[in-house]
Amino acid sequence: MGKTVLLIEDEPNIIEAIRFLLKREGWKVFTTSDGSIAVQEVRQRQPNLVILDVMLPGKSGYDILRELRQEFSADVLPVLMLTARGQSKDRDIATQAGVSRFMTKPFSNSEMIEAVRALSEK
Amino acid sequence: MSQLNLVIIVCLGYVLSLFLVAFFAERAAAQGRAGWLRSPIVYTLSLSIYCTAWTFYGAVGNAARSGLEYLTIYIGPTIVMFGWWWLLRKLVRIGRTQRITSLADLVSARFGKSNALAIGLTILAVIGTTPYIALQLQSVTQSFEVFAVAEFGQRGENSAQTGFWVALGLGLFTVLFGTRNLDVNERHHGVVMAIAVEAVVKLTALLAVGIFVVWGLAGGLTETLARIDASELGRWDVRPGRWAGLTLLAAAAFMCLPRMFQVLVVENEDEGHLRTASWAFPLYLMLMSLFVVPIAVLGLESMPAGSNPDMFVLSVPLSQGQNGLAIFSFLGGFSSATSMVIVAAIALSTMVSNHIVMPIWLHSTGSGASFSGDVRDVVILARRLSILGVLFLGYLYFRVSGGGTALTTIGLVSFAGITQVLPILIGGIFWRGATRIGALSGLAVGSAIWLYTSFLPSIGSGFAFFEALQSDGLWGMSWLRTDALFGIEGMDPILHTLLWSLSLSTITFLIVSLITFPSPLERLQGAQFVNIFQHTAGPRGWSGGTAQSEDLMVMAQRILGANEAVALFEREARMQGATGSLPETNPEFLERLERELSGSVGAATAHAMVGQIVGGMQVSVHDLMAVADETAQMMEYSSKLEAQSDELTRTARKLREANTKLTRLSVQKDAFLSQISHELRTPMTSVRAFSEILRDTSELSQEDHTRYASIIHDEAIRLTRLLDDLLDLSVLENGQVTLNRCDGWLYELLDRAAATAQGAGSAQDLDIRRTKSDEEVWLSTDLDRLTQVFINLIGNAHKYCDGDPPKMWIRVSQDADQVILEFADNGSGIAPESRELVFEKFARVADQKAGGAGLGLAICRQIVRSLGGEIRYVSSDTGAVFQMNLPVTLRFS
Amino acid sequence: MNDLEPHSAAPQREPLFLERDTYRRRRLMDAAGLLPFVVVFLFSIPLLWSRGDEGPAVSVVIFYIFGVWLVMAIVTAIVSIRLRDTTRVLQDDMTGHAPE
Repeated sequence: MGKTVLLIEDEPNIIEAIRFLLKREGWKVFTTSDGSIAVQEVRQRQPNLVILDVMLPGKSGYDILRELRQEFSADVLPVLMLTARGQSKDRDIATQAGVSRFMTKPFSNSEMIEAVRALSEK
Repeated sequence: MSQLNLVIIVCLGYVLSLFLVAFFAERAAAQGRAGWLRSPIVYTLSLSIYCTAWTFYGAVGNAARSGLEYLTIYIGPTIVMFGWWWLLRKLVRIGRTQRITSLADLVSARFGKSNALAIGLTILAVIGTTPYIALQLQSVTQSFEVFAVAEFGQRGENSAQTGFWVALGLGLFTVLFGTRNLDVNERHHGVVMAIAVEAVVKLTALLAVGIFVVWGLAGGLTETLARIDASELGRWDVRPGRWAGLTLLAAAAFMCLPRMFQVLVVENEDEGHLRTASWAFPLYLMLMSLFVVPIAVLGLESMPAGSNPDMFVLSVPLSQGQNGLAIFSFLGGFSSATSMVIVAAIALSTMVSNHIVMPIWLHSTGSGASFSGDVRDVVILARRLSILGVLFLGYLYFRVSGGGTALTTIGLVSFAGITQVLPILIGGIFWRGATRIGALSGLAVGSAIWLYTSFLPSIGSGFAFFEALQSDGLWGMSWLRTDALFGIEGMDPILHTLLWSLSLSTITFLIVSLITFPSPLERLQGAQFVNIFQHTAGPRGWSGGTAQSEDLMVMAQRILGANEAVALFEREARMQGATGSLPETNPEFLERLERELSGSVGAATAHAMVGQIVGGMQVSVHDLMAVADETAQMMEYSSKLEAQSDELTRTARKLREANTKLTRLSVQKDAFLSQISHELRTPMTSVRAFSEILRDTSELSQEDHTRYASIIHDEAIRLTRLLDDLLDLSVLENGQVTLNRCDGWLYELLDRAAATAQGAGSAQDLDIRRTKSDEEVWLSTDLDRLTQVFINLIGNAHKYCDGDPPKMWIRVSQDADQVILEFADNGSGIAPESRELVFEKFARVADQKAGGAGLGLAICRQIVRSLGGEIRYVSSDTGAVFQMNLPVTLRFS
Repeated sequence: MNDLEPHSAAPQREPLFLERDTYRRRRLMDAAGLLPFVVVFLFSIPLLWSRGDEGPAVSVVIFYIFGVWLVMAIVTAIVSIRLRDTTRVLQDDMTGHAPE
């Protein structure tokens, strides 16, 4: 056990929902809603997985991802990205930035759990 | 067949052959095979129109009456021709370089394009030439009568009719060949060729009669000379004054007669021809006068007393039974008369149409001087009518005068009339100081004296008034007697006229020129005319075709660009079937080239440029003015273009601005769609996640259960609010909003709005400063909508104002029936680049996360507008300032 | 060939001595200018003769006048034809003076 996930998201209700789901799966969940300190949080917490929202106050999810990928490869640190915009160009940008998995809000809970499992087993 | 009918048939046949000659010459010229038409011999022969029927018949009559005096009429022109280097060379050069069309044109051009001078000269020329044309008609009629008398023993009764038919036939010929085309150079190949033929006919006819008289009648040369010496003409008895005067008169007339100017200058193809004519024409004149005395002497001897010596050339052979010779001689006289009338009619019609008809026509139609097709038609029509008019005048004079006067007298009167041009012509081309006013005065004085002393007496011998003038002078003043001005009596009438008219007109011309000041144009033209040889290169013949082509090529390259020019020339060369790349400079090519060039530099400029290279023409001041005119037009045009392009630039800038705005709006819209998607999906994510949790999880605590359900509830409300906003805006924008007018105090609304906005739960309280007393404004409008606006403005400050602590001032003032509200905060305001967009839909000024979807201000603006007011963002140093003005009472429109 | 280039020659001084051909041409031009005065003189001579019965017979006058006429025509022809080769040449310095 001891799997940790860092959830970078600014909507309190969504944070709560994801925290509920992942806790049940046995994850330890850290959260931050401030984009500008997100990378610092990752360095500090060294999570097994990062769940990253695209639209964040302070810094966009893509920028955070690009910064992370300079330090952490996709093998070391899988990143699951969430977006509420759901346009195809967002997916392209995320792929280029080095995302591991891309999900559009709203998602089903099972979909989320399945994605987290898949990423953690790699 | 009767002798008279034979004469008529031969005459008609001769006329027909002249038509053919003219026709083929015209055709050859049109086809560019006019080389032989341009020989110096043709030029020399064309000058022979100087020898009219007056000289053909009249010289013998003159000799019979006054002995050798007739020679002066030939010696005058001979001296002028021998002295070609001085005068004719200059006249021809001026005529060619300045493209002179007539004597009137030359004089008016010299004196600054003076139309008054041109008109004066034209009138003088018409007055001077009309009797002369009448004279020709008379001589043809008389010569017909000679045959009639020989046949029927009496004068025919149909002299007027003969004159009419001759005038009509000549008119037809002249109209046909004199106005076929409107050539810039005014050259008439057909006419020139025909009169050259006629020149040969009349010379050989006279020589034939002379030879018949000397060797057939008198019995040899020595015998003839003996008879001459024995006759009443046998003594050398001329009056030196009259000899000199008549010589001068003839010399002057040779240069000044309109028809002579026409053939000498206007029809001149090449200055080199003048060199040949300088000795060949005197020889022609010599031959023409060679047998005059023998014919006169033998005529006087052999013909019955009282016979008209003017007709000896015809009557002597006829009386000797030499009918063939007589008919030949008749053709000679006929040739002399017709060629003179034709050329005189052309020359006069050019003057009349160019200087009288066209100015009047152009003036009356008010059109410019551009030579469009229909103007050409008008010019040609004017020429034709002028020709017929001139001939009709001549015929009229012939009928009125009755044809009784001796031929020589009318001729001299005409000569004297046109000689009045001489002072200003010579003065104009040799003296730069000659002025227009001087020329006009001189011409007026000379013409007046000539009219008074010579012309009126010549036509007025039957009228009491004129006879009174002659014997008693004007108003009974004897010093104004027409034949004895200033009391000097006993002079020969012609000498009398010449002396007074020439001397007084010259003096007037000189003095007035000295005391008046010429206009700039006159001075320029004067300098050009007087120094013509310094301004122009030597004459170029038409032979140097290749050299011209090369010059044209060089010029065309400069104007059209190298490739264009080469392509044009090669195309032309191919069309002509030439092998090289340089076409021959035929008129068609030049015309096309000119047109091509005129597209670039304007028609006048192109014409001047091509003309200078091809014709050796000089660019005249008139051309320069046309060029300047054109340039001014072009400059005006280009400045118009410039203005247009300025406007275009402005429009383009506006378009660019609009486009930029549109692009930004489009980006905004894309961003909003993302935003709206985000705003919709975010609550839905929570709703979905928690509703699944509620559904799938059984062991939830009641507390969690309630909590999750309320989250779902809140998010559902959030969604609803968003959709409400969107619908609201849509309705407002479409103007479908229904307004509910209520009454209330402004401060109440602000209170409510502040409370609502503050209560919407925010991190930091906004300190709102208001002045209640100002807010006591009674409003009658849709209060709910207005409150919505206030809530939005205050709420925005709540969300975005980054002042520490955040403050807002609400200031109210009234202006007439308007209330002006200002909402100012102490934040950093809105970035300049975003100010324009804040009121646009979906605009989100800051990229930071904020509660709204960017619809607030757009809704505000729509509401304020529907309430009849306006809201704007005001630049300020201190923070965001929104200002709105609003009618106190809402008026439904 | 200074004469061929009047433009370039204008500011310069005219050379003191002309080439032989040019010199010839100049003198031919002089002759052409002189001709009318000679003709006027010759045609005026008969006016000096006594007139009437003491004067010469008309046939003599005729011979004289036509003789002058013919001779002058020939002279003019010679001058003109020889001038032909030189037409392109020169800007003569004789213009600007009236013939009288």
